[in-house]
Amino acid sequence: MSEAPELRDPKVVAALVGEIAATAAPMDRQVVLMEVCGTHTHAVAGAGLRAMLPEGVRLISGPGCPVCVTPVDYLDRALALADLPDTTVCTFGDLMRVPSSLSSLERAHAEGSPIEIVYSPRDALDLARANPARRVIFLGVGFETTAPTIAAAIAEAEAAGVDNFLILPGNKVMPPPMRSLVEDQELKVDGFLLPGHVSVLTGWECFRFLAEDYRVPGAVVGFSPADIMRGVADLLHQVADGRAEISNLYSRVVSSEGNPVAADLVARFFEPVATVWRGFGEIPGSGLGLRPDFAHRDAGLIDVELPPPHEPTGCACGDVLRGVIDPPECPLFAVACRPDSPVGACMVSSEGTCAAWYRHERLTGTGR
Amino acid sequence: MCLAIPMLLKERNEFEGVVELDGVSRTISLMLLPDAEVGEHVLIHAGYAIGQVNADEAAQTLELLRQHADNMVDL
Repeated sequence: MSEAPELRDPKVVAALVGEIAATAAPMDRQVVLMEVCGTHTHAVAGAGLRAMLPEGVRLISGPGCPVCVTPVDYLDRALALADLPDTTVCTFGDLMRVPSSLSSLERAHAEGSPIEIVYSPRDALDLARANPARRVIFLGVGFETTAPTIAAAIAEAEAAGVDNFLILPGNKVMPPPMRSLVEDQELKVDGFLLPGHVSVLTGWECFRFLAEDYRVPGAVVGFSPADIMRGVADLLHQVADGRAEISNLYSRVVSSEGNPVAADLVARFFEPVATVWRGFGEIPGSGLGLRPDFAHRDAGLIDVELPPPHEPTGCACGDVLRGVIDPPECPLFAVACRPDSPVGACMVSSEGTCAAWYRHERLTGTGR
Repeated sequence: MCLAIPMLLKERNEFEGVVELDGVSRTISLMLLPDAEVGEHVLIHAGYAIGQVNADEAAQTLELLRQHADNMVDL
């Protein structure tokens, strides 16, 4: 039976809002739920879901925007690589406007640096094929959804002997920062809405540690308002009943084990490494580094001179990414920092929490 | 950035396929989804098919994408 058509029905959302209010009413404290997916961030803000929740339920955003959690020195390194002779740097478009310590990819591009926006790592590979005398470096930023596409491009480059195709590894995986978040005594997250399309690749089993190690429930959900509210209702029921399970409410797309072909490809080329997340610092095992056998494709090993890392003054992106503050609590929000003149990464990226709040919720207050 | 777009797989060879959405075709890699069959809806992310979806789910996701198109163009 199809689950999809009913999700378009506003009555379904209204019924879930009632169910959520009834479940929250007898609880004697505020329940904090976090989503960790940039697309959820926008879906929640765009549909005005936060305003439909009772006072006792707070829905906050975590580090779900890959561009936002990418540390400033990664961008500094990308810009330094673009300055090398016979080198082209390729990137997904949403990294272009993120500030580096001294500039941005967009500004450097406008000043003539060889920086190309691509839709796919395969486009960068094609560019490498067409320009054998140039080194083509792809900026490998993204979460579990994106890492397999980069691994696949490397596999194609290996098979075809395209030796001038390199990666600047910057891929990250979600479970380690989620551990930091549940261990954060200040934040006290009661449950997680788990990312839909990340889970297509990883399967939902990789989130079991939340329930098993921390007794924190999770719900994998899709992107419609009904999907998200169903997840909120499920998590609230679990908190109220003292249960902690991982519910897969997106079973029409997500399986327990994910995409095994993709997992094998990622494991062939990448291994877990410690990496820095904006707002969190270094988290062990949270990044994907190229295996030593593929060091010839690792642009991170090329020696370049970097400026001292500098984050934009006054920017509270780090606190926003950890869910410690809502965007309106940042003194720059909607004043010095706006989508047309962004200061921090969370306003630059269309997936960022600050961009979502600015577009949809800047007049509604923080709800804390 | 982690958003995947459902498209209809119109034809395929061993490694690549042609997918279509709103009459626009594009060539994608099937390296991550080698068993995809012509006539299926597949989720496309960064030029690769990453998973299958049924037709209802594809339609619903596309409707959401269109509603949020102005916000999500860069995803």
